Amino acid sequence: MSALSTIFTMSIALSAIETGCIYALVALALFISFSLLNIADLTTDGCYTLGCAVGAMVTLSGHPFLAMFAAMIAGAMAGYVTAFLQTKMGVESILAGIIVNTGLYTINIMVMKFSSVVNIFNCDTVFRYAKEHIGGSWYKVIVVLIVIVLVALFLSWFLNTRLGLSIRATGDNAAMVRASSINPAFTITVGLCLANSLTGLAGCLLAQYQNSCDINIGTGMVTIALASLIIGETIIGKGGILKRVIGVILGSVLYRFIVAIAIRLHVPAECLKLVSAVIVAVAIATPYLKSKAGFWSARMKRSKAGAAGTNVTE
Amino acid sequence: MLELNHISKTFNPGTVNEKKALDRVDLKLEDGDFATIIGSNGAGKSTTFNAITGAFLVDEGSIILDGKDITFTKEHIRSKVIGHLFQDPLLGTAPHMTIEENMALAYLRAGTKNTAFFSRISSKDKKKFQEQLALLDMGLENRMKQPVGLLSGGQRQALTLLMATMVTPKILLLDEHTAALDPATAEKVLKLTKEIIAERKITCLMVTHNMQQALELGNRLLMMDSGRIVFDVKDEEKARMTTADLLEQFKIQVGKNLDNDRILLSGVADK
Repeated sequence: MSALSTIFTMSIALSAIETGCIYALVALALFISFSLLNIADLTTDGCYTLGCAVGAMVTLSGHPFLAMFAAMIAGAMAGYVTAFLQTKMGVESILAGIIVNTGLYTINIMVMKFSSVVNIFNCDTVFRYAKEHIGGSWYKVIVVLIVIVLVALFLSWFLNTRLGLSIRATGDNAAMVRASSINPAFTITVGLCLANSLTGLAGCLLAQYQNSCDINIGTGMVTIALASLIIGETIIGKGGILKRVIGVILGSVLYRFIVAIAIRLHVPAECLKLVSAVIVAVAIATPYLKSKAGFWSARMKRSKAGAAGTNVTE
Repeated sequence: MLELNHISKTFNPGTVNEKKALDRVDLKLEDGDFATIIGSNGAGKSTTFNAITGAFLVDEGSIILDGKDITFTKEHIRSKVIGHLFQDPLLGTAPHMTIEENMALAYLRAGTKNTAFFSRISSKDKKKFQEQLALLDMGLENRMKQPVGLLSGGQRQALTLLMATMVTPKILLLDEHTAALDPATAEKVLKLTKEIIAERKITCLMVTHNMQQALELGNRLLMMDSGRIVFDVKDEEKARMTTADLLEQFKIQVGKNLDNDRILLSGVADK
């Protein structure tokens, strides 16, 4: 316990929750595209940077709240292009994401007026607004919690409406969708727009959180979000939508705690992407290895019992 | 009322794999008609269903459902009024969604306007679902929150049937929907099918490989071969027929013996 308390100071725990909740939005985006729609949406990296860039520029012009909506709309537009390519143009879903992701690099740098970094240190942000009105050391957590709770409530409502159920069925049983009155092209489009608007919102919040935007900020974001998503699904398991959404958020916060521990253990910042990759691989492989282990131990037991049996008969 | 006017469909035209799947099929199904369809493999039974649901566009002819020409209507719009059950019980339900959510989906798709995207299921509706499930007598009414993937094939097929008829469809297409189930379960699903169709007077087309079943069920019998309907009997005339008559009719109409072992076996087994 004492070792843990030396690793975790209050401020480290708080910042893990803060960043965890921001990245949870991206994890929730993947929850919609990857878990529900069964589409590997690689637009995520570029879309996250897009949200960050749009958010930073609108914040720079003095509208921190408007920035969030602008980033969401920008994200939804990126998602729409990906969906358009795969539903109307017959492009493979992974390829559609890669194409849009590549194109977004140029769009992003254009949004950032052709500089690779935009600083918004002296601007009004939602966090500064919260500092003035709430104060203390909790104001940042309160801001991100408000956003994440609103998003979680919205998702648990939306995914049980007719449209939400249709989106979930689209990823669950393609044959059923073809035979019911669901237009898969439409549900995929709505799902990807929604997912990427959440990714855009996350980018915007991060821009305001760290008061800057970098053109490379989104690199590897899809892996990190996937790690959070899978950690969340592993710890919470099956259940209703709200339960699963909460699981994804917890997974994202937990992932940030793991990263915080890694930093405290003096893992250099450049190595964090490798740490993420390892966490994702381990998290995805664990359920499979567990079932394999069961098989091997059963076989061991059987062959031992078999050997004992032959000894007796002999 | 369903009308197929001279519909034809050729797959892979102009290649060595060219297959004339439907050859000027004419069919007029009155409201409340329950017709069984038999025929050898590749006779065009499932293709007829796919033409009606809109899985492909027909090369010629027109499809009229309830006085409306739906020949060029998109599949997902037609399916609002068409119920379709497949042989594979896994095809009709979403496995990772709960029983309740699956039923909600079926109820919302057929019962609400296309624009009512944000409509939700009320607790009154849930109660109704539960009552309907209780009629299946499979204990499903106590498992509303369980994912459908946990159910057996028979249970899933019964649920699919319930979902397809939850809001009475203008036509119900049953594509050997009991063929993949064990005999006892098949019996149960079939009994349920009969009850629902009779009670709600649903217009229905049913493909079967069981001749006895084809004779017992419904008021009309269609025999298909090489993409054509070769034999069509209804009412009293149908009631008088036996499996031997059917085999003979096939020979007269087509000029060869029925070459489907599944049909022959079921015909013999029932004698």
